[in-house]
Amino acid sequence: MSDSPAIAHGAADSAVHEHPPYQRHHFATMAQQNDATNFAMWLFLLTEIMFFGGLFTAYLIYRNWYYPAFVAGSHQLSIPLGGLNTLLLITSSFTMAMGVWCAETRRKSGLVLCLTLTFILGLGFLGIKTIEYSEKIEKHHVPGFHYSLQSFLDPASDPAAKAAGDKPMALDMARHTEVYFSLYFAMTGMHALHMIIGIGILGFMIFRARAGAYTTGHVTFVENFGLYWHFVDIIWIFLFPLLYLISRHQ
Amino acid sequence: MSEHQEHEHHIVSPKVYATILLALLVGTALTVWASYIDLGILNPIIALGIACTKATLVVLFFMHVKYSSKLTKLTVGAGVFTFMILVGMTLADYFTRAWGRW
Amino acid sequence: MSDTIVVLPDQRTARIPKTNYLTKENGLLSWLLTGDHKRIAILYLISITCFFFVGGALAGLIRLELLTPQSDLMATDTYNKVFTMHGVVMIFLFLVPSVPATLGNFFIPMMIGAKDLALPKVNLLSWYLYMVGGILVLYTMVSGGVDTGWTFTTPLSTHYVNTNVLSTGLAVFVAGFSSIFTGLNFIVTIHKMRAPGMTWFRMPLFVWAHYAASILMVLGTPVLAIAIVLVALERTIGIGVFDPTKGGDPLLFQHLFWFYSHPAVYIMILPGMGVISETISTFSRKRVFGYTAVAFSSVAIAVFGFFVWAHHMFIMGISNYSVLIFSLLTMLVAVPSAIKIFNWTFTLYKGSITFETPMLYTFGFMGLFTIGGLTGVFLGTSGTDIHLTETYFIVAHFHFVMVGGMLMAFLAGIHFWWPKMTGRMYPEKISQLAAVVTFIGFNLTFFPQFILGTLGMPRRYASYPPEFQILNVFSTAGATILGVGYLLPVLYLTWSLKYGAIAGNNPWQATGLEWQTQSPPLTENFVELPIMDHEAYDYDWLERQKEKEVASVG
Ligand SMILES: [Cu+2]
Repeated sequence: MSDSPAIAHGAADSAVHEHPPYQRHHFATMAQQNDATNFAMWLFLLTEIMFFGGLFTAYLIYRNWYYPAFVAGSHQLSIPLGGLNTLLLITSSFTMAMGVWCAETRRKSGLVLCLTLTFILGLGFLGIKTIEYSEKIEKHHVPGFHYSLQSFLDPASDPAAKAAGDKPMALDMARHTEVYFSLYFAMTGMHALHMIIGIGILGFMIFRARAGAYTTGHVTFVENFGLYWHFVDIIWIFLFPLLYLISRHQ
Repeated sequence: MSEHQEHEHHIVSPKVYATILLALLVGTALTVWASYIDLGILNPIIALGIACTKATLVVLFFMHVKYSSKLTKLTVGAGVFTFMILVGMTLADYFTRAWGRW
Repeated sequence: MSDTIVVLPDQRTARIPKTNYLTKENGLLSWLLTGDHKRIAILYLISITCFFFVGGALAGLIRLELLTPQSDLMATDTYNKVFTMHGVVMIFLFLVPSVPATLGNFFIPMMIGAKDLALPKVNLLSWYLYMVGGILVLYTMVSGGVDTGWTFTTPLSTHYVNTNVLSTGLAVFVAGFSSIFTGLNFIVTIHKMRAPGMTWFRMPLFVWAHYAASILMVLGTPVLAIAIVLVALERTIGIGVFDPTKGGDPLLFQHLFWFYSHPAVYIMILPGMGVISETISTFSRKRVFGYTAVAFSSVAIAVFGFFVWAHHMFIMGISNYSVLIFSLLTMLVAVPSAIKIFNWTFTLYKGSITFETPMLYTFGFMGLFTIGGLTGVFLGTSGTDIHLTETYFIVAHFHFVMVGGMLMAFLAGIHFWWPKMTGRMYPEKISQLAAVVTFIGFNLTFFPQFILGTLGMPRRYASYPPEFQILNVFSTAGATILGVGYLLPVLYLTWSLKYGAIAGNNPWQATGLEWQTQSPPLTENFVELPIMDHEAYDYDWLERQKEKEVASVG
């Protein structure tokens, strides 16, 4: 019944304690503090699941309604770029996990290296995303801003659509590609925003890690940030097949 | 006194991490490959199946849930459950709309 | 049998303890940068009260306009703005944070024997987020208001109105994160910070209720956040997710919105139910009947609450089958609420009931919440809902639950814990008067609205057919009385800060851990870490404690 560490830690022996400097006054033990912050991070990730949940719901509904438009829309995305981004992100998750391991085993230079690699891989992801976005802007595939249907009404004029073998769509269905791109930008944009925040925090952590933080036994910050980073990775693991790979055989 | 001290910190070895990385890369390759084959209704199922497997691997090993307390496992479960309610019950409305009036 | 349980120390010798959380540090900065959950609760209490009166003033304007059948006090579009701002302020800035952010913040750590919430800085952050949200709402108000109704229904909010949807949306978004962080903090605290011996089933039911409400805050609010983000994107750059001309479905917005906003009514009412469990037990000197059932019913409400949201959309065009399923599930969610009401009633049975102010408000809560809940069953039944929805019946229903329920519970809690928070008693006679005035004013205001609704008067219009005027006059008259009922506590509670009788540690002879320490409490809550060695609401244990004290002193 007792998942409260304070129970294990009776009041009797609270008289003399050597508190590590990073222990906050209202926790009885370091273990309790670590447990609490870790649990808080998980709860925060719950809110993130539900936040993206609204977007996934919208995606599933419109994909069912406008399947041809979603297929044609997905043909506008580049699998090499998307695939490369998946590689970068998965690898960055690995380097992050290794970073946590380095912190746990008190390897300072290893930690700095792992965090720096994660940082670079994350930046690489955003760089490729920028290339993809700018291509969409050039083609007027950004919803709202002079959205252009040309690639879908006349696929022969569009190399990507032509390569995928798209046939010209009826105007009615072609217009629904805008819904696809709305969701594409909302979902990847929201994901990229999380990446940017993550990279910011990574920069701060590299700075601290070089000064020797996190490798003295107090690793919760690195650990909790790792959870966040892996969560962002998981979102991408779903976004990649849902947005890029709807159907490549048609 | 509670015996199950969940913070008996379990350090996952780099070997496990490397294996998971490999599995994730293989999964990515598989999902791209599968999307080029026409399997009809199976296409989205396979794509989502692979994605779910990859996500599970990340959650269990990279995020240490396999070695974490029951509470953490329950938290993850609660998130997935509520997500399913949101998606499932909303979609149920959209699908049954197509059935028309009785 | 005495008619009061109040035990105060000898007023000639009693003093407020010199060191307490209020006197520990001085100066504005010591408040604005505090990590102490009690000080943050006070910050919340002050700001929430301000916003309550802003919302109340708007309600006054609405009732004044509805005094006559024509729209004469203000233009019809001004009326739309007034009721929208009333809804936004009251829901997001008052009801959602009311009990959790003030009483919950203050007493959850004390009840479970912790020194503070698990994440004090996050707690302070949520107050700042709340203030940012509040200031954005005020900005919206002075810069022309918003007239979509608090539900921001698309495509009205995305395409057809030219009022400040964006700033209001941002306000709700930010205030939403304030509530997410509060809920998150509570869950972590309740799981990880309990004192030795404080098992789950020894916790006061107030804590259980907050635990359930926190689950809803953490899991529901993000869905509202994403819905608002999509509305903002639709409004600014015109993405097509909710826009029917582009193929989007406006109903999807409502699905996402109500996925939060139905659980949100439980976020609003559950903490109030927690307060009622405490006061009922204390003022009938009995353990809450069916403690476990009441505890689990809180969690059941939280879980079921996620399955019923589409009952707000019966007439909006969802499928027939959804209507059927959601209607049935809505009936289900009435069960745990009923369990609570029955168990509280059984607690009263053969109890030694006394009628201090918190208990009067509690009785108000039980009666009004029951009416509000039962009329909710009418609305959950799809057949009657088609007739009653969007009429004054629904307005009366949710005001019975929210004002008659939650606000009564909030006032019960404020009076109940006032001695603990400030160290001084409120004046008993005038506060009893205020409770009675509130009850009478409330019924006069909102009961006629049930009749108006069944007669078919639609909500959200500034004018109405003349035959509805009599009932509307009653309602406006009641609102005036209600206003007096709400102003009185502000006056006498402020008065009591200086002139109230010294309360001592435990004026109500209550059993909670928060009562076993000095009033106002120390910054670290307890001199030494408490050990919980008895069940919750154990009045025999309290008696034994007192005997022990007498024996050791005398
Ligand atoms: Cu509802």
